[in-house]
Amino acid sequence: MNSKSVKFSFSYGMLALVIVFLFIPLFVVVFFSFNSIKGMQWQHASLVWYETLLFDSPSLWAAFKNSLIIALTSSSTATVLGSLAAIGIKWYRFHGRSYITTVSYLPMVLPEVIIGISMLIFFSAVKIRLGLFTIYVAHTTFNLPFVFMMVSARLDEFDYSTLEAARDLGANERQTLTKVIIPSIVPAILSGFLMCITMSLEDFVITFFVSGPGSGTLPLYVYSMIRYGVSPVINALSFVMILGTMIIAFFFRRFLKTVAASS
Amino acid sequence: MKRLLKSSDREKVLGTLYGGPMGLWFTLFFTIPIGIIILYSFLKRGLYGGIVWDFTLDAYRQMFNPSFAKVLFRTLWISVIATFFCLLIALPCGYAMAKSKHQTFLLFLIIIPFWTNSLIRIYAWISILSSEGFLNSVLLKFGIINQSLSLIYNNQAVIVVLIYMYLPFAILPLFTTIDKFDFSLLDAARDLGASKLGSIMRVMLPNIKSGISTAFIFTFIPIFGAYTVPLLVGGKDSTMIGNIIVDQVSKTRNWPLASAFSMILTLVSLVGVFWMLYSGKRELQLKKTNQQMIEQKVKLHHIRRRKK
Repeated sequence: MNSKSVKFSFSYGMLALVIVFLFIPLFVVVFFSFNSIKGMQWQHASLVWYETLLFDSPSLWAAFKNSLIIALTSSSTATVLGSLAAIGIKWYRFHGRSYITTVSYLPMVLPEVIIGISMLIFFSAVKIRLGLFTIYVAHTTFNLPFVFMMVSARLDEFDYSTLEAARDLGANERQTLTKVIIPSIVPAILSGFLMCITMSLEDFVITFFVSGPGSGTLPLYVYSMIRYGVSPVINALSFVMILGTMIIAFFFRRFLKTVAASS
Repeated sequence: MKRLLKSSDREKVLGTLYGGPMGLWFTLFFTIPIGIIILYSFLKRGLYGGIVWDFTLDAYRQMFNPSFAKVLFRTLWISVIATFFCLLIALPCGYAMAKSKHQTFLLFLIIIPFWTNSLIRIYAWISILSSEGFLNSVLLKFGIINQSLSLIYNNQAVIVVLIYMYLPFAILPLFTTIDKFDFSLLDAARDLGASKLGSIMRVMLPNIKSGISTAFIFTFIPIFGAYTVPLLVGGKDSTMIGNIIVDQVSKTRNWPLASAFSMILTLVSLVGVFWMLYSGKRELQLKKTNQQMIEQKVKLHHIRRRKK
């Protein structure tokens, strides 16, 4: 009796409503991607927009290529720098340690507009031309805190005695790093990397500021589609992107709790 | 213990080797850019964009120009309302998720819309709310309305879409903290005669304060700095600070004013973050004493009961 009443309690009802609320917009978009005409009047089912998406959208694919390049390069940089820093901060006392910890929180919490504007003004002050490189720098900057936090969280659970054992057995610094520390934090590093990829592919606001002509990413392309002439191709693209998100989230399923804790 | 084995010099070298690259990166591409913004906000604007190296408080004075003040005020009330609803909705959700046996699946459901590209989500709302949109066509079809309602390009639309966009930011930290909460405390409170709501309000809420403040910060700050949502679903009277900053940079090319507005956003965010970190730390300290106090109260209660 009691367990039954819990199942239909207020909070469960609320959660169900919220999930419906979160998914309705996605369903609407996906549903109308199979409409044969533009607009919200259902004609009949068709794959015409998927055809256009696949075979007749060269600039969209160019933008997607840019997105992929940026995502891979910035995530790799962020993963390497962020993981190393997490290890250093966890185990050593050195100058600038507290500076690094504090400053690594900030890009995550400051509004994206601020990061974007400050980078734009910085790049124009030091006269770096906007393009793929500036996007790469910006994405690495906002990705770093996530890797740093996820790896730090994993290191907090790390068993120190393993490290002492390695040292006692004669491992040097490099060996302890590559043979003991890194293998045990690989899950955190990997999930940090995947997180970066998603964030990088997702980002619009910051990219909007630091992109130059010809360096537009997929979100920028979607933006221009929304602003200057909506075509149902965007619905088809949405479905593909939602599927992509689902696949990434599925790969993440073991880390979802860590993700929730760090976001 | 381990640290005693190492000389402090060696520690410094190794620490710098590990942490240095990220520190350098943040200094170059975060601290210095933010520093430039702070500097620019005190300079004079150049005739054709850029700045003139003259110290002045003009930019800050300009912010109090009535049209800008109005936007500041609007940003504030929109953010407060949207954040309030996010938290109000997120609390029971986080609670239900923490109590559920299917946590991973529920997280999956919350995270999918959350990770879906934000522009796609905004686009979805545009296709729902616009005058020939999904909602209007459904309502018209069923004869509930005779002519299309104007549901988009106003402040209400901005608030609804902001809630939609940032709800997961509130749900996730609340879920994480509630998940760590010891639910047997609630049973204890119920056993001691508290009502269900009363036990949640007086036993659980004080214990998940850090989660609430995290959820508040992680929804309030991005909403306060929102740019895309008011731009794409807002009307003429829905501009927020984020939009002003962008307009000042890209259209008016008034960099000092954009910087001054950015300073406001930055300050608000920093206050929020430090408050969050502080309350988190204090809670850890309080938790121990609280635990003891609760135990004592329970003991006292039992003693009193026995005496009766």
